[in-house]
Amino acid sequence: MSKVMSSLAVNTKIQSDFPVLSREVNGSKLVYLDSAATTQKPQCVIDAITHFYTNYNSNIHRSAHTLGAEASIAYDSARAKLAKFINAKHTSEVIFTKGCTEAINLVAYSWGRKHLKNGDEIILSEMEHHANIVPWQVVAKETGAIIKVVPVTVDGILDLRYYKDLLSEKTKLVSLIHVSNTLGTINPVKEIARLAKNYGAKVLIDGAQCGAAMPIDVQDIDADFYTLSGHKMYGPTGIGVLHAKKNLLEEMDPYQTGGGMIKLVDFNETSYADIPNKFEAGTPHISGAIGLGKAVDYIQELGWETILEIKQSLYQYGVNRLKNIDGIKLFGHKDEDTSVPVFSFAVDGVHPHDVATILDSMGIAVRAGHHCCQPLMRNFGVPATARASFSIYNTKEDVDVLVEGIKKCLEMFS
Amino acid sequence: MDLGELYQEIIIDHSKNPRNHVVLENYTHEAEGYNPLCGDKVHLYINMDNGIVEKISFQGCGCAISQASASILTQMASGKKLETIVDIGERFRDVLTNNSSNTDDFESLDALLGVKNYPMRIKCATLAWHTFTEAIGSCNKLHTGDKNE
Ligand SMILES: Cc1ncc(COP(=O)(O)O)c(C=O)c1O
Repeated sequence: MSKVMSSLAVNTKIQSDFPVLSREVNGSKLVYLDSAATTQKPQCVIDAITHFYTNYNSNIHRSAHTLGAEASIAYDSARAKLAKFINAKHTSEVIFTKGCTEAINLVAYSWGRKHLKNGDEIILSEMEHHANIVPWQVVAKETGAIIKVVPVTVDGILDLRYYKDLLSEKTKLVSLIHVSNTLGTINPVKEIARLAKNYGAKVLIDGAQCGAAMPIDVQDIDADFYTLSGHKMYGPTGIGVLHAKKNLLEEMDPYQTGGGMIKLVDFNETSYADIPNKFEAGTPHISGAIGLGKAVDYIQELGWETILEIKQSLYQYGVNRLKNIDGIKLFGHKDEDTSVPVFSFAVDGVHPHDVATILDSMGIAVRAGHHCCQPLMRNFGVPATARASFSIYNTKEDVDVLVEGIKKCLEMFS
Repeated sequence: MDLGELYQEIIIDHSKNPRNHVVLENYTHEAEGYNPLCGDKVHLYINMDNGIVEKISFQGCGCAISQASASILTQMASGKKLETIVDIGERFRDVLTNNSSNTDDFESLDALLGVKNYPMRIKCATLAWHTFTEAIGSCNKLHTGDKNE
């Protein structure tokens, strides 16, 4: 009993941390089920950004004045927080980017173009986000490398046997999504990375959906590259992280060039700054990094134990209620131990867009579309799905409201 | 929010039982409209004769609004003068996006006017009509080609 009370209290507190949740949408209380697209922001993150612009806005690493020093310290300390958050060996292995997309593009440009050769193979999977497909296609076209794809089974998981068969001496890179933004599947990335290493291949893990989902230990996973998206972990948009092993970053060429990433410039030659600055040309997103640092503080103050407990109970409750509705098809989710509460579904006879509009009329925000995963949609045989993705500020009541909404869709089109 | 205004019975009916949902055996013009944001598709087949839409049909997939709009378009256009349909299409887009209120001869198209209050769905409603214009674009080219010969 006391446990129930306390988890209720925790939930109420968390909800009150996110100011947007108290607004109404179309006459109903907002039920935000689109956290896989972007999470809402807690007041402390909003305040940290406002505080920067209100009290110590300045450029970093260039100005000797007090504001410049304060801004530089805050920016550097955000990097240190992120490094600790993912257990990076060195703080300098954390590069701030504008998001996961830019982090992957950076690797494709600075590592891929240098190291991939004609006939080399890149392994991706069918559940990749377009952000982890298109950059590799571009590099493959330039270098003559070949893309191989690990299929997704009907259970919504990677076909690991197929993956093992794909691996060979030709494999130079394995680039995979950690947690699927469409299916909620958690992939066994540590095992995947270990197998790739046997062939000397480099490994990139797209952790966009992971920052808010589970503790990340980049040394334990032992991938060469790991990417994060700030706005999907309670931080602001326009900021993300590339983690890469120090020796790799040191030998890679810069991604963009200009100010902030140099040691010495004359018109004949320029020597580049040490990492991480080498990969952060121009004025970075200072307030974004500070906001993301605060988001990491927020996650750590809540604690993974609490977060995982909330998400697991939402997952169990959600999957059971959704599975029991006649007239919907839930994609994936056969393997309940390895999923986060992200549900892609089709409602019989009702197109996902109509589902989203009908739910919106009840204040429920879901995403309808291909979720930037057109190859995966083809595997399912549908052009689009509706997706409800839950986060720590959601409740079982939100699941109930969603179920009511889906029933209303079925009724309207019956 | 009044959903009934958006999903009127006639819309649900057209989306569930689309009219002229075939590929014409003979057609003079066709075009496929696609909205990459939501994946709605409408493929129009038109048989034009002397400035008259003799026959028109469509294939496609997508939300109720996009498919009902295509179905209504084919129903309205059949047997009508090309310019009449072009005019209605232009005014339909104007009413949805520019606060115009000239809805003369809209017939069942009236049922789609509720979309006005759903800005995210306006593209769904206008897709078939844009596609019609595109198909006719190729028509005009053909006619000029004929004249030049
Ligand atoms: C799995 C996955 N990878 C990459 C991205 C792109 O991330 P960002 O928005 O930070 O560029 C997303 C977000 O849409 C995602 O879900």
